[in-house]
Amino acid sequence: MSEITRADVCAAAVADAFAEDGEIFASPMGLMPMLGVRLAKLTSNPDLVISDGESLFLAGVPPLFAKADVVEGWIPFRKVFDVVAYGTRHVMMGATQIDRAGNQNISAIGPFDRPTRQLLGSRGAPGNTVNNRTSYWVPKHSPRAFVEQVDVVSGVGPQRAAAAGPAAARFNDIHRIVTDLAVLDVTGPGDTVRVRSVHPGVTLDEVRAATGFELAADDDVATTREPTTEELLLIREVLDPKGLRFKEVPQG
Amino acid sequence: MNGTPRDKTMTIDEVIGSLESGMTIGIGGWGPRRKPMALVRAILRSDLTDLTLVSWGGADVGLLARAGKIRKLVYAFVSLDSVPLEPNFQRARQEGTIPEIVELDEGMFQTGLRAAAQRLPFLPMRAGLGSDVLVHNPWIRTVTSPYPGPDGVAEELVAVPALELDAALVHLNRADRHGNATYLGPDPYFDDLFCMAARRAYVSCEQIVDTAGLTVDTPVQRLLISRMMVDGVVETPHGAHFTTCTPDYERDERFQRAYAEAAKGSDEDWAAFHDRFLAGDEDAYQAAVRTFAEETAR
Repeated sequence: MSEITRADVCAAAVADAFAEDGEIFASPMGLMPMLGVRLAKLTSNPDLVISDGESLFLAGVPPLFAKADVVEGWIPFRKVFDVVAYGTRHVMMGATQIDRAGNQNISAIGPFDRPTRQLLGSRGAPGNTVNNRTSYWVPKHSPRAFVEQVDVVSGVGPQRAAAAGPAAARFNDIHRIVTDLAVLDVTGPGDTVRVRSVHPGVTLDEVRAATGFELAADDDVATTREPTTEELLLIREVLDPKGLRFKEVPQG
Repeated sequence: MNGTPRDKTMTIDEVIGSLESGMTIGIGGWGPRRKPMALVRAILRSDLTDLTLVSWGGADVGLLARAGKIRKLVYAFVSLDSVPLEPNFQRARQEGTIPEIVELDEGMFQTGLRAAAQRLPFLPMRAGLGSDVLVHNPWIRTVTSPYPGPDGVAEELVAVPALELDAALVHLNRADRHGNATYLGPDPYFDDLFCMAARRAYVSCEQIVDTAGLTVDTPVQRLLISRMMVDGVVETPHGAHFTTCTPDYERDERFQRAYAEAAKGSDEDWAAFHDRFLAGDEDAYQAAVRTFAEETAR
């Protein structure tokens, strides 16, 4: 087996975020989250329910962007909203900004009344983060992405959820933030962003330098595990033989 | 007298002629999918102005924003999917040309339409709590549950206001002349809700067929829209272009790229795109699109 790439490490780290979810709808937004979710379904958590990203639940685990083979359900947008409220869902969204308190922004950069850069809009982030488990994927860990305070709170972190009351806090569950450098969560002091592990070959100082706020971490921080031989085979030969993952996390 | 319901077929111009400036208009579909683009293009050409637009937005929002038709925009996102950020919408926001902005969570948006469809002032929901949706829209209030929560404390939820529409515009694959309509693609989106949330609803469709034709090769469960909800039907073949209208056609990615490049470009780039595709009526648009397809296929 050739050298393990950073993209492979990221895929396994995403898969690990879904490993203990049980029989829920895994909703990955974007390429690396989709790869990681499918890897989890083929390894740690075969009970995961996955979709084609359009309207079908897939019984099989096809390669990235391949057409479905066997279908096991129908999940049009209106039923996605039902599942969000029902709670059996784990979404991994993108994030243009994430702040120290684990809030996420995909709406706009700059003042909301007249943004310097308009993004997508808040999409489902406000509803996701107070209803079902939510993780984030940030392909380029940088001080522009990890900021002291997000410009717009789309996804709600634990502090804001607690301040909004029990109805907001009850199902708020920000699970993991996977980046090209590290795996983070929101279990730092006062429910702030903390380093769980740094990827092989990355130092904690590098992660801190790429983060625009004071980042909680243990001094003897863990190293993200390397994918197993089985996982590497699945990533390279089955799920992503074209190497689409390197568009998000280039080879070093 | 044979019990046949009335004929609601209209022309594009008749639909647009029934709308007024200042109205709140809901546009069906989702992002770059099954949008009533022929009707949107007709609004673009009309004198209508000061519109409140309610849309899970795609190029419908972009086009009408660029034309200065929007006074108030209610949205949860605006995206072309393969082009994630809608350039005309981005430009309008960054130049501050839409006077009033209401950004909601995309599930709140459904709940607001559902409240309007059920003739309720609001429906409760968690979505929005703790987020800037409530900060940027202080007129959206919360409501305390009259029942104790699991810990004995009554939950305070978002009272999502009804998104009442003056008119709804939706595009389906097939309809009869009375307003019954089927979607043949993967997702109904929320077109039934748009129709029910509106005082007047207009269905454009790829093809008008006999009522019997609606179910001859299609399961009855695909009959999303009932004529009870509909005021007008207009046949607009290829009328969702350049968005998807599966299985009749998929998104025209090549055309969408040309649209996005023109929208991102200089005022002259946009003027050239506008003059080539949007200056004439729907027939002229479709003819220009056919020419574009022939040129780019070479």
